Amino acid sequence: MRELYYLDAIKEAITQEMQKDPKVFLIGEDVGVYGGAFGLTVGMIEDLGPDRIVDTPISEQGIVGVGIGAALMGQKPIVEIMFSDFLLLTMEQIANQAAKIHYMFGGKASVPLVIRTPGGGGTGAAAQHSQSIEAILNHIPGLKIIMPSTPYDAKGLLLSAIDDPNPVIFIEHKLLYKKVKGEVPEKRYTIPLGKADIKRKGKDLTVVATSYMVQKVLSIAKNISKEGIDIEVIDPRTIKPLDLKTIIESVKKTGRVVLVEEACYTGGFTSYLASEIQAKAFDWLDAPIARITGFDCPIPYSKVLEDVVIPGEERIGEGIRGVVKF
Amino acid sequence: MVKIDKKTNLELYRQMLTIRYFEEQVDKAYMEGKIHGTGHLYIGMEGVAAGAILALDKKDVITSTHRGHGHCIAKGADTSLMMAELLGKATGYCKGKGGSMHIADINLGNLGANGIVGGGIAIATGAALAIKQQKTGQIVMCFFGDGATNQGVFHESLNMASIWDLPVLYIIENNLYGMGFPVSKAVNIKKLSRRACSYGMEGLTIDGNDAVGIYKTCKKLIKKVREESKPILLECLSYRYKGHSRMDAERYRTKKEIEKWKSKDSIIRHKKYLLDNKVATKEEIRAMEDSVKKTIEKAREFALSSPYPDKGQALEDVYAKIN
Repeated sequence: MRELYYLDAIKEAITQEMQKDPKVFLIGEDVGVYGGAFGLTVGMIEDLGPDRIVDTPISEQGIVGVGIGAALMGQKPIVEIMFSDFLLLTMEQIANQAAKIHYMFGGKASVPLVIRTPGGGGTGAAAQHSQSIEAILNHIPGLKIIMPSTPYDAKGLLLSAIDDPNPVIFIEHKLLYKKVKGEVPEKRYTIPLGKADIKRKGKDLTVVATSYMVQKVLSIAKNISKEGIDIEVIDPRTIKPLDLKTIIESVKKTGRVVLVEEACYTGGFTSYLASEIQAKAFDWLDAPIARITGFDCPIPYSKVLEDVVIPGEERIGEGIRGVVKF
Repeated sequence: MVKIDKKTNLELYRQMLTIRYFEEQVDKAYMEGKIHGTGHLYIGMEGVAAGAILALDKKDVITSTHRGHGHCIAKGADTSLMMAELLGKATGYCKGKGGSMHIADINLGNLGANGIVGGGIAIATGAALAIKQQKTGQIVMCFFGDGATNQGVFHESLNMASIWDLPVLYIIENNLYGMGFPVSKAVNIKKLSRRACSYGMEGLTIDGNDAVGIYKTCKKLIKKVREESKPILLECLSYRYKGHSRMDAERYRTKKEIEKWKSKDSIIRHKKYLLDNKVATKEEIRAMEDSVKKTIEKAREFALSSPYPDKGQALEDVYAKIN
C-alpha cells in the first residue's frame, strides 16, 4: 500500500471530506495562502476556494466561537488553532459554550465541531509553543479528545471526528508531521472513537502511551526485547472516550504497567488512568504502576534542557526495566 | 420611512406585556421560594426585545444573554415551557438542565441565552458565516449588554463580521450598569456604538424605551444587513428596574434614578401611543391585557403542576448521540 506522512494523511482526510460534504469547511489563522504554520494546508485554498478555506485574523477565542455558531446552524466546521497552547485563549468558548451546549439545552442542540491543533514539544519552540494540555481539556465533560500517533490513525480518526455530532479536539503532534510515514488507504475509512489499538503485542509488561510517545515506546520495544523484555504497547488513540477495556485486558495478561505521556506529571491523563487500572485490575498487578511523564516544569528552549523535561527513550527504558525488576 | 400597521402595533404591545407579566410572575415565584436558582429580570427593557425581534423575519436567528427571558419570549417561545424550566421541571425547555440562563429553541431560531457576558457574540458571528455559506438569506440578531462590549470577544467578533461582510445586527442593550459598575466608569466614551467605527461598521444609538422607534430603526437596519450583507452595531439605551439578579442590594444606584426611568416606561408609553393615535380602544387593550395575564397564569400552573426530572436524567445528554 502507498505510504503517507502523518501531515499528508490529515490533509487528505480534510480534502476528501470537503469534496464529499459541502457543509465542511476549514477555518483558522493562515490556513489559506500561507498554507498553515506547518504547511499542512498548502494548496487547499487554490482547490477549494477562500469560502471553504477561511483565513482569519489572530482572534483565537473568536474563531472557536465562530465555529460553534456555524455548527449550531448545521455546518461542520473544522477549526485550526495553530498551536495547542493557543487553545488556552479559547477556553471560554470550548469549556463554557461548545462542551456544555448539548447538555444545557436539554439535548436539543448539538455542536458538531472539530478543533485541530498541533501539540507537544521537541521543536525548540519553548514554553508557549510546546505544551501538552490534553489533561486540562480532558477534565471538561462534553468534549472528545483524539491524539493520533500514526498516519493511518490520523486519517481514520479525523474522519470520525468530522462525523461526530459533538465538539472534538484533535491534537496532532508536530514531530509526527513529517517524521512518521505509514500505510494509508486512499479510500475513505473511519476508526471509531473510543477504540484503543495494540501497536505491539507482548507478554511481559503493558505500556500505554499517547501521541508521539507511542513512537518512542515502539522504538524502545525493539531494543528492550533483546534484553528479554517483551512489552505490549497500547495506544488509546482517543483519551476521551477512553477504551479502558483493552487496557485492563492487557494489564490482566502482563501484570505490569508503565504509562507514558509527554504532559506534566501532576494531574496528567495517566494519573487518572493509573487510578482506573488499580481499581479494575488490582489483583492482577505484580508491581506498582509507573508513570513516565514530562516534569512539572515549562518546556525549556535549549535542546539539552528540553530533552530533560520531555520523556526520552532512556527515561522510558529505565521505567520499564524498573517495573520488570520489581 | 418605515410604516407600522395596527397589527404590528398591537403585537408590539402584546409582546412587551407578555415579557412584563412573565417576569413579574418569575419575581413572585422567587419570593415564594419556588425557584431554586438565580435569574436576571428584563423588566424595564421590554421595548428593546419586542421592537427589535418583531422587525425580524421568522426565519432569522438570535443569540441572547443572561438577561434573556425577553428575547426568548419575543422570538416566540412558549412561556409555559420557559416557566417550567425556571422551576427546574422535566417539562421545561431544557428538561430542567439549563435554567434561566440557558434557554434555547433552535427551531424558533433562538440559538440560546448565555451565562457568560459576551459569550454569544462569536457564536452569532459564526451563525452568520454559516448563513452566508448556505445562502439562506437569513440574518442574525445578536443581543448583549453594555458590559459585554469590554470583553475581548466583542472586538474579535465584530472585526471578523466586518471583514467577512456577515449579516449580523449587533444590539447593545445599554442599561447603564455592568452588574453594579456604571458604564460611565467602565468606558471613556459617551456612546458605545462609536466603537463600530474601529471595525469600519455603521453604529448608532437610539432610545431603548421607544418600542415603535426601535421597531422602525431595526426594520431599516435589517433590510440593509440582509440586502448588503453588512453588519451594523445598534445601541439601545434602556434600564432595568429590578436588581442585577436575586442577590443585589443596589448600593450603586438611587431610588430617584429608578423612578426617573420608570416614568419613561416603554409599555406605558406604547399604551398611550395606541390610545392617542386611536390605533386601539381602551377595551381592545384591556382585552389583550386580560388574555396575556391568562397565558402567564397558565404558564405558572403548568410549571407548578409539572413533575421534576427523574434523578437518572442527571447524567444524560452530556454527549449528542451519533446517528
